[in-house]
Amino acid sequence: MPWSKIKPELNEPDFYQESGEYNRRLSYPEAIREALDQALALDPRVFVMGQGVDDAAGMFGTTLNLHRKYGRERVFDTPLAENGLMGIAIGAAIGGMRPVYFHNRPDFLLLAMDGLVNHASKWSYMFGGAVNVPLVVWACIGRGWGSAAQHSQALQGLFMHVPGLKLVMPSTCYDAKGLMLSAIADDNPVIIIEHRYNFKHKGLVPKHVYRIPLGKGVVRRHGKDVTLVAISYMALEAYKAAEELAKDGIDVEVIDLRTLRPLDEEIILTSVKKTGCMVVADTGWKTGGVTAEIAAVAAEKGFASLKAPIRRVTSPDVPTPAGYTLEEAFYTGMPEIVAAARELVEWKGKDQWRSTPKSMLQVRRRSSGQLYCANWISKDIPTLQAGR
Amino acid sequence: MNLTRKILVALYRDMLRIRKVELRMESLYHLDEMKTPIHLCIGQEAVAVGVCANLNKDDYISSNHRGHGHYLAKGGDLKSMIAELYCRETGCSKGHGGSMHLVDVSVGHIGSSSIVGGGIPIGTGLALAIQMKKQNRVSVVFFGDGAADEGVLYESVNFAILKRLSVIFIYENNQFSVCSRVSARRVDENIFHATPPDRMYTRIVDGNSVLDVYEAAKTAVNRARSGQGPSFIECKTYRVRGHAGAGSDAKLGYRTAEEITAWEAKCPVATFRNKLLSERVITEQELAEMEQEIDVEIDEAFRFAQESSLPKKEDLLLYLFKE
Repeated sequence: MPWSKIKPELNEPDFYQESGEYNRRLSYPEAIREALDQALALDPRVFVMGQGVDDAAGMFGTTLNLHRKYGRERVFDTPLAENGLMGIAIGAAIGGMRPVYFHNRPDFLLLAMDGLVNHASKWSYMFGGAVNVPLVVWACIGRGWGSAAQHSQALQGLFMHVPGLKLVMPSTCYDAKGLMLSAIADDNPVIIIEHRYNFKHKGLVPKHVYRIPLGKGVVRRHGKDVTLVAISYMALEAYKAAEELAKDGIDVEVIDLRTLRPLDEEIILTSVKKTGCMVVADTGWKTGGVTAEIAAVAAEKGFASLKAPIRRVTSPDVPTPAGYTLEEAFYTGMPEIVAAARELVEWKGKDQWRSTPKSMLQVRRRSSGQLYCANWISKDIPTLQAGR
Repeated sequence: MNLTRKILVALYRDMLRIRKVELRMESLYHLDEMKTPIHLCIGQEAVAVGVCANLNKDDYISSNHRGHGHYLAKGGDLKSMIAELYCRETGCSKGHGGSMHLVDVSVGHIGSSSIVGGGIPIGTGLALAIQMKKQNRVSVVFFGDGAADEGVLYESVNFAILKRLSVIFIYENNQFSVCSRVSARRVDENIFHATPPDRMYTRIVDGNSVLDVYEAAKTAVNRARSGQGPSFIECKTYRVRGHAGAGSDAKLGYRTAEEITAWEAKCPVATFRNKLLSERVITEQELAEMEQEIDVEIDEAFRFAQESSLPKKEDLLLYLFKE
């Protein structure tokens, strides 16, 4: 099936300086596989489990043939019993091991929510720190070719909500390896949510063992006109949007958060202070998710910096359709980010917040009928001034 | 089975101690100083004691909301437990857990879940760690008839058999899940009793006979320790009190007072006491001394708890992660 074989043909942007130790390019799954290989070699407590981790596909290539090297005691197939196996992984972690539990998709993690939310996230807290759960859970967001509603969910919003769970979403090959190693080294439950489209890329990856700190985003591109905050595949779309906007002289700052929880608020607020406006992009649904949280943080803590409203680029609030024309209507990315960024820069330019009380915000409707701007006309609007 | 006097007396003492702790808790509960839900195991002491008497200190147990008996039988610290019920910072879970979330890692109690069935896969996972680390330990999972409705039991047992794990599933069937009788929820005996013995050792025992429980558990533990895989032991017992809180719940009407009285007559502690006396294993004098010692220990534990300080407000944010 075409959608199951993504060929890593594209080079991702070279965010990291090319030097001796970085001079080889790995595909995205190879980068993850290298992290696992190194962790398995270094630490006998590490093991890999999941449906099909030992088959010919090797979980999209990420676990391919590791069972041949480390044996089926350390890299093993699991029954389709996500609820039970999540609890078993938690128990193994409590008993001193470092499991990495792979799932094809976040959709299947919903079967394991009891383990993740009722147990893993709370075990240290409930027992006053007497016990901890060094568990890594991995899942890859599906996309395209009619995967449809139950094989395409981007559920990071749900997991971001739960205290006690750490949550990372890499976007580059370099980060995929480094974040996997950090997640394994962490003494707490860490969820890694990947994106299928990341697997199109090859990137520069150092051979040695390295870790990327959890809770730290990175500036992919420095700019002064508008901030794009994004994560996972959207970070790559945001970078492309920045290149596009640069053609019109709009200088965009792109932040790739890498971790959702703990959230790197500092990098967001520092950028917004510089640019005064922000677009947040995430693959999840709009309501009550990642972009809502990041927008709230900026509004709460960065209000003095904001010179324009916050715009969000997300999936619309519907399940993912199967048909390819509907998929095209569903998925957002570079074009929407570009449009949102342009709108904010224009807004800043016109300085609309300082205008008369009868100011009217513009309405834009997408062809699908989704409303993403408030239409608000009133004679009694108090004068809103930025900076108060 | 020929048990030494020492073992017999210890079995009785452990059951009596649990009973007395539960009764003391029950008598003080109305003062509303133990601000935590309590799920008493009165009438079920033989299960925890019969099983744990076969375990070493570093064997694991996975417990549940009705876990005071498991905790004490395994050797959990009494003072820390009572302090936890009083929500003190000296509690075993530092006031963060309450009655349903006890822990004592020094005796292999790695925490209890109050999600019915939640501890089952965790106990199974501990056995996986034991196998991977090639340790000479076993993992015991205590669960009830409510948990036996949950799919996670079947997922866990299947995995345990598949991987030949050193886990012992103790099905503590006290016949009720809150007010719901087992017969309202299940048709036959648990399907695992039909498992061929080479796959898994299964037994149904009288859960009110500490010797029956002890003997079945001994076989299971020996099997597990010698790498022969999991066991499934159903202990048929009865919950004489209500699901939660203190006192009888006869007035709720889901069972008759006569039924409760009939089961109280089969009290595991009283029947074993009579047996030991009639077989001259122990004297009345020794029993009186034993009771006295236990009472003093319990007094001290409650005093320790009541005199301990409560956690500070700032402690709210502690322990979310291991740094």
